[in-house]
Order: sequence, then C-alpha cells, then structure tokens
Amino acid sequence: MIILLILPVIMLILFGFAITTEVKNTKLAVYDPSKDVATRSIINRLQANEYFILKKFIINPNTIEDEFQKGEVGLVLVFPERFYENLLHTGEGQIQLITDGSDPNTAITLTNYATNIVFAYQQELYKTTTIPYQISPEIKLLYNPRLKGAYNFVPGIMGMIMMLICAMMTSVAIAREKEKGTMELLLVSPMKPIIVIISKAVPYFFISAVNLATIIILSVYVLDVPVAGSLLWLIIISLIYIFLSLALGLLISSIVSLQIVALLISGAVLLIPVILLSGMIFPVESMPALLQWLANIVPARWYIMAVRKLMIKGLDVTAIYKELIILSSMALFFIIVSLKKFKHRLE
Amino acid sequence: MMLRYLIEKEFKQIIRNKFLPKMIVVFPLAILFFLPYAANFEIKNINLSILDNSHSPYSSRLIQKVASSGYFKITNVSDNYGSSLRSVELDEADIVLEIPSGFEKDLVREKTARVMISANTVNGTKGGLGSAYLSGILNDYSSEIRSRWVAASKKQDLNFEIVPQYRFNPNLRYPVFMVPALMVMMLGVICGFLPALNIVNEKENGTIEQMNVTPVKRFSFILSKLIPYWFIGFIVLNNCFLVAWLVYDLTPAGDILTIYIIASVFVLSYSGFGLVLSNYAKTIQQAMFMMFFFQITFILISGLYTPVNSMPQWAQFISHFSPLKYLIISMRSVYLKGSSLSELHIPFLALLGFALFFNSWAVISYRKKNN
Repeated sequence: MIILLILPVIMLILFGFAITTEVKNTKLAVYDPSKDVATRSIINRLQANEYFILKKFIINPNTIEDEFQKGEVGLVLVFPERFYENLLHTGEGQIQLITDGSDPNTAITLTNYATNIVFAYQQELYKTTTIPYQISPEIKLLYNPRLKGAYNFVPGIMGMIMMLICAMMTSVAIAREKEKGTMELLLVSPMKPIIVIISKAVPYFFISAVNLATIIILSVYVLDVPVAGSLLWLIIISLIYIFLSLALGLLISSIVSLQIVALLISGAVLLIPVILLSGMIFPVESMPALLQWLANIVPARWYIMAVRKLMIKGLDVTAIYKELIILSSMALFFIIVSLKKFKHRLE
Repeated sequence: MMLRYLIEKEFKQIIRNKFLPKMIVVFPLAILFFLPYAANFEIKNINLSILDNSHSPYSSRLIQKVASSGYFKITNVSDNYGSSLRSVELDEADIVLEIPSGFEKDLVREKTARVMISANTVNGTKGGLGSAYLSGILNDYSSEIRSRWVAASKKQDLNFEIVPQYRFNPNLRYPVFMVPALMVMMLGVICGFLPALNIVNEKENGTIEQMNVTPVKRFSFILSKLIPYWFIGFIVLNNCFLVAWLVYDLTPAGDILTIYIIASVFVLSYSGFGLVLSNYAKTIQQAMFMMFFFQITFILISGLYTPVNSMPQWAQFISHFSPLKYLIISMRSVYLKGSSLSELHIPFLALLGFALFFNSWAVISYRKKNN
C-alpha cells in the first residue's frame, strides 16, 4: 500500500521539473564565409542567449546535411559571402536558418528565437536614425510572467496521476473479489449492494485525499507553484474529481471480471487519452473538431482547466461553475451506471 | 521440445482471454488512427479580446489587419479592461489587445503610439508566441503607415531577410513526427504491461505451483514467456506500419528492416523488464502499480512529447535509462531521415544491453521455491 502514497510524490517531482515545452540548449553550427562585424555580432548575440550553444563553425557548406544526419546540431546559421559589405551597399542581407523539421514544434520555436535575435540586432543598427510612425506594444504577461513550464504542467500532472491511480485502485479491488469468488459472498449477505460498494471505495477515498494533500504541499513548497486562488474550492473540486475517478474504477470493475483486464483498461487504455486529450501537454483548442469533442468526455480535461484557474490564475469559485457541474454530473453518471450493473449481477 | 509446448500454452492463455487479443489488435489501431492529430503544438486560433478606446479609422484598420492575419480569432469586444480580463479568466480569450483613447492623435502628432497587450501565459509557449505574432503585425502596420507618409527620398532601410529551411520535413507536418513515436508508445504499452502482469497472474491463480513442480528450467520458462510478446510486438508493429501508410501516407525514408531489427531488440528488453517486475510482485495490483510508474516515467522522459534537450541535467541523465528513448530516436531517424543501422549503432547497442541485462535478471529472479 505504501507505493500508493509514494508514487504520486515521485511522479509530481519528476515531471514538475523535467517536463517543459521550452526549447533550451540547442546546439548551433555556423557557416560564415564573410567573417565581418555584422556576422560576428549576430553570432555573439545568439551565443549569449540561453537557447543556443555554439557548437562549431562549418567550413564546407556541403557538410550541413551530415550534421543533421548525425543529429548533433539543431540549428545551422548560413551567411552569404561579404554579408556586411552587401548590407551597406544594397541594404539587403540574407541569412539562412536551417533547422531539423522532423520535430516541427522545436523547428518553429528555434526559427522564431533566432529571428527575434537577428531583428534585435537590426533595430540596434537602426538606432542612429529615429523611425517615425512607430507603434510600440507594451506587453504584459498575465499569471505566469516568468513563463515557467511548471505552471502549465503541474495541474496537468495532478489530473493525470489522480485519475489513473484512483481508477486502478478501485477497479482492481472489486475485480479481485470477483475473481476470488468472495464478491458473491458479499452480495448474498443481507447488506445492500450500494453499501458493499461504498465501503469498498471509502478506504481508497482516504488514500486519495492524503495523496491530494501531499501533491498540493509539494506543488507549493517544492515546485514553487502557488495556490493563487481559493484553496477551499481547489480541495472541493479535487475531492469531486477523486470521487469521479473512483466511480470510474467501479464502473470498469462492474463490467469486467478479471483483475488483469480491469487493470489494463484503467491503467493502460485510459493512460493514452488522459495524456493526449486532456490538454495536459497539447492545447485542446488546436485540435481538429472531432478530437475536441472527444476531449470533452475526458474528465481530466475539465479538472485540469479548473485547477489552472484556481491555482495559477487565482480565481474564485465563480469561474469554475461549469467545470464543477460537468465533473459532478459525470461522477453521478458513473456511480449510477455501476450500481445498476452490480444489482443486475445479483439476480 | 519442452519450450514448444510452453509457448503453445502461453498463446492459448492469451487467446482464451476475451480481452487481450482485442487489446493487442484494436487498441494500437484506434490510437494511431485518431490521436496523432491531437499531439499538435501548433499555435493557431489564438482567441483575442479587443478593447478599442480610440474608435478611430487607424484603430479599426489595425483590428482588421489583426483579424485577417490568420492567427487570431476575435472572440470578445469590450469597452473596459475588467470585462476583457474576465474573458481571459474564463478562457474565452487568450490575449487582450488594448488600444488607448489617444491612439490616433499620438500617432499623427507625436508619430509614435502605444498599445497594450496582456497575454495569458499559463501556457508560456502559447502566450509568448501569441504576443510575438501580435507584435509582428503591429510592426507591419506601422511600416505600412510609414511608407504612406514618409517620402521615398529618405535613407534606405537596412533589411535582414531571414530564410528558414526545415530539413527532412519541409512542410512541418505533425503526424510525420508523432506517428513513429506513437508506434513506440503502443509497443511499450502492450509489450510492457502484458508481461508485467503475466507471471504474477499465474502466482495469484496458483498455476505457477504446477509449473514449479515440473522439471522446466528457469531459462526455458522465461524464454517461453518472452517469445509470445516478441511475436505480439511484430503484430502491433505491422499494424502500425499499415495505418501509417494508409492513413498518413507515411513510409520510412530508410530501410524498414532497420526498424524491425531495432524494434525486436526493444521488445525483448522491455518485456524482460516487465517479467522482472512480475517476478518480484506478490499481487497483480502491485505489479501493475510498479509497471505503471515506470511506464509513465519512461514515456514522459523519453522525448516523445517534450524535447530531452530542454530537460534539466539530472532528468537528461535519467532519460538514458528509458529504453523507449532509444527506439523513438531510431524510429524517427529511419522514418524521416532515412538513417541506416550503422548510423544508429548507439541506440541499437543500448537496447541490446538492456535486453541482455533485464532478461538475465528475469531468469535469476525467478524462483521456483517460495521463500
């Protein structure tokens, strides 16, 4: 049983720190035949940035392909010959940014970073002349000004861990009684099936509540993710979510009768939609319509949205009515369906 | 000879279970069919709340330009910051663009004006990228105004032209990147969970006792557990190849044989790992929770969804122990870059090492007597 308490702790710490979509420490290679003031300052600027590490200068442009094949560099910067000279004469300077497109996300991000750095240099060259008709944006980063990845992922990881662990715990507990035949004994006893089932779920509810407490404490004190909004409502919605996940486990175990099958469904089969469709890593808004619709029936999605609002955005209960209603009705639905199934078995 | 019967027994046990054959065939197909489109970081449809205090031709022209850029969807138009912010709080908008009341006057008289952008950065990538796009549009707009008002006689601009080039995947198609990796995930889930539950299931059902009283050697016992998963791995892999080809029009740029070789070593190593856990676990539940923990760790740290290079040093170190990582690297290289076995000798050897290590461990840790 101890593993049930330690598991969430290790996973939260591991992923709170490790999972980030930021792109850092990319190895940079440069082909620079002109070696003049402008190319040198652009290279220096890229190098000074935390996103890039200058790995090497390429002498022969034909070897660029090989560099990517070996997978060592993420970005190759290619200057033409006599870059600065041409820039002064014609006002045009062409720079090629070659990235490994096999990972489109990283490729686009790297290109954007490098482009911004080059443009910043361009602005500096401009500095001598003031430009008329300038609209300058004043950018305010709400909720997460330091752009920390943990702010985005901690609610997601909470949603994933609690859903899967709760569903696995209950589904296996009942399937185990069925497999061993002790379930029949319980069901023929004078106790009502609903009492039998609820008494099965209560200990797991307590274990999950302890897990919830450790997760929140860890988020605040170890991962530095604050609870900016209402702690009370965070706990309430989490308890509803735990109840929902336990009910889902009950539902699974009421349909199947083998432990292995119950575990494979609640662990392995649930795992993938919860990671992919919950909005934990990939934003749901960017998905095609069909998948967005599918994502709506993944309970983790609503929980994660609510937790982001409560923990990160610092809102109160008025912002999460929708999530509260959806999660409660899902929980009710699961528990009613599983009770129906159990009664059926008794006849 | 004994081995043949043992393997036959394993297959019978798998087929007799109503659920397992379905899971082996249907599950990977369904996942691969639907989910590559979900694994998409592309930022589009950024919802914008517009707060136009200026109500001038200049500001409406700007809004028009933003709306027609293709990145933004205007979901909210309001007249005070409070209600704009509320729409961000409720996830109805991602960014607020606030145009101050003196916008036109400042632009015409002072020749410089400000606008305020407030971006929701709970998801840092989305908020950051969104405000960068918006700044880009503002830049375009101001140079448009400039070219209209400033005579061409002025000093020529210095212009940098950036030419991005994306190797191996010039159109930046996401399925191309995700499908090979999801194949690995499918292999990992099926050839990892099933063996982890196998031996311990026999323990709980008591059938292991019968096995223990036979003269079967430890080595052949483990081998007989391993070979069926190897076979199942091939079924999963072939199904995945088929979906990738039919649905995503994706065939490996390199030799498909390279994938088979590396993947078969991967399946051996990962199933071996599952068997080790199964040997140590006392109940099915225990085995599942252990495997579940390692499975999630291996998946999330393998670089499947987020790049390994961006992880902190200690996490990069842990990622060396994820067998999934090596197969994902190989899969993506063969599919996209057409790499050959000799270029992939490091992942291959790493997986071979894992396979030998875990399977020897599985043989050693299997005890016929209960202590």
